[in-house]
Amino acid sequence: MELFPMQARGIESRRHGQVLVGPVDLRLEGQGACVVIGPNGSGKTTLLRLLHGTARLSAGRIDWACSTEEARHHQGFVFQRPVMLRRTVMENLAFPLRLRKVPAGEARARARDWAARVGLAGMLERPAPVLSGGEQQKLALARALISEPKVLFLDEPCAALDGRATREIEEILTAAKSNGTRLILSTHDMGQARRLADDVLFLLGGRIHESGPAETFFNRPETPQARAFLRGDIVE
Amino acid sequence: MVDLWSGLAQAFWLVVTLDGELVEIALRSLRVTLSALAVACVIALPLAAFVAVKRFRARRFVIAILNALMGLPPVVVGLIVYVFLSRSGPLGVMGLLFTPTAMIIAQTIIIVPLIASIAHQSIRDLWQEYHDLLISMNVTQGQKIRTLLWDCRRALLTAALAGFGRAIGEVGAIMIVGGNIDHATRVLTTAIALETGKGEFALALALGFVLIGLAVAVNLAIHWLGRTEREGAW
Repeated sequence: MELFPMQARGIESRRHGQVLVGPVDLRLEGQGACVVIGPNGSGKTTLLRLLHGTARLSAGRIDWACSTEEARHHQGFVFQRPVMLRRTVMENLAFPLRLRKVPAGEARARARDWAARVGLAGMLERPAPVLSGGEQQKLALARALISEPKVLFLDEPCAALDGRATREIEEILTAAKSNGTRLILSTHDMGQARRLADDVLFLLGGRIHESGPAETFFNRPETPQARAFLRGDIVE
Repeated sequence: MVDLWSGLAQAFWLVVTLDGELVEIALRSLRVTLSALAVACVIALPLAAFVAVKRFRARRFVIAILNALMGLPPVVVGLIVYVFLSRSGPLGVMGLLFTPTAMIIAQTIIIVPLIASIAHQSIRDLWQEYHDLLISMNVTQGQKIRTLLWDCRRALLTAALAGFGRAIGEVGAIMIVGGNIDHATRVLTTAIALETGKGEFALALALGFVLIGLAVAVNLAIHWLGRTEREGAW
């Protein structure tokens, strides 16, 4: 089943009368990594949540190539602060599969496989809440990828991680991208954005200020604000 | 003070000699209380989870009522159950008055709000933690509730133990609906009340110590079975 192209038309998020994001018009195709960048408070997290469907639209609509219900079924989300179920690593990994009625034996086998891929093979019976930040984020990533989503949203997945953990997470993301998972991630880390991005959305004041292929955006940004942001200046 | 020591000594001998009447009363106490606890948990825990995750118009009202009913006067519950089960009452035809079943019904009504309120606090906190994850996984309402109940099980054990503590020590309601009939509905608390009324303070104290011992033993057993404090972190 095809999820893409995804078309967002005039989507907005308002809270207490204040516009947090929007209006945003956006069309996404089904390949590569789309990186959402912008200064603090520009609406990156809210935009991801709107697209994923975990935040309510105040206006506008989002159309996937299939029904919204089917589209939700093929999506994953990784949060900036990983949410760990109060269970073992094995049970955390198997959880999305058990929700989808995958038999327990198969779920455990796939969990073992994914734990090995992300370097958690030796920790399967440890309680997930006691893992380090990097281990928790790898577990969250594996848990999101285990059900083979067609699109994976990531909200600053490496924000609080050290260099080694960041590299490991990026390797997993690169592998997922090669396997055909569409990545839509927000980040503050311009180095990470350059390493991972195929497309860029530059948000400012809740709107898409500039967008396009990563190479064009990073080498020849069109707007003064984007140029200032890439220079590291304060942009409001 | 003499009564206290005498009560302790008598309790010791009653237990050591496995006094037939004591065993019968203690077992009935346990049977009634554990049955009420099981029924109350089946009602209260899903109710607590539902109220924690479901947004509906009367939600705040339901939570307020549950909290308020934690202080439900047992005597009034006993009276209401009595009215319902008495021969002229709406459920009189079932012939449950002055039976252990009536006592179970009364105890269940008393402890459901207590268990539900305590459980609700724990489940609500866990729901705040899990909210984004479970919503992003597109789980159904049933899956949400099952996940929260399972991952909150240790906190729910505490709620259940609070319910057990209230039920095993309850006397007013079960005296009214059970009638304290020898070899039928007499339990430890009603026996204590009876012996105190007769002026048999030593025996009443002995039964009281047995009741305390029983409550502590059940709590320890449930903690041990639930592996509380052994798996850290959660």
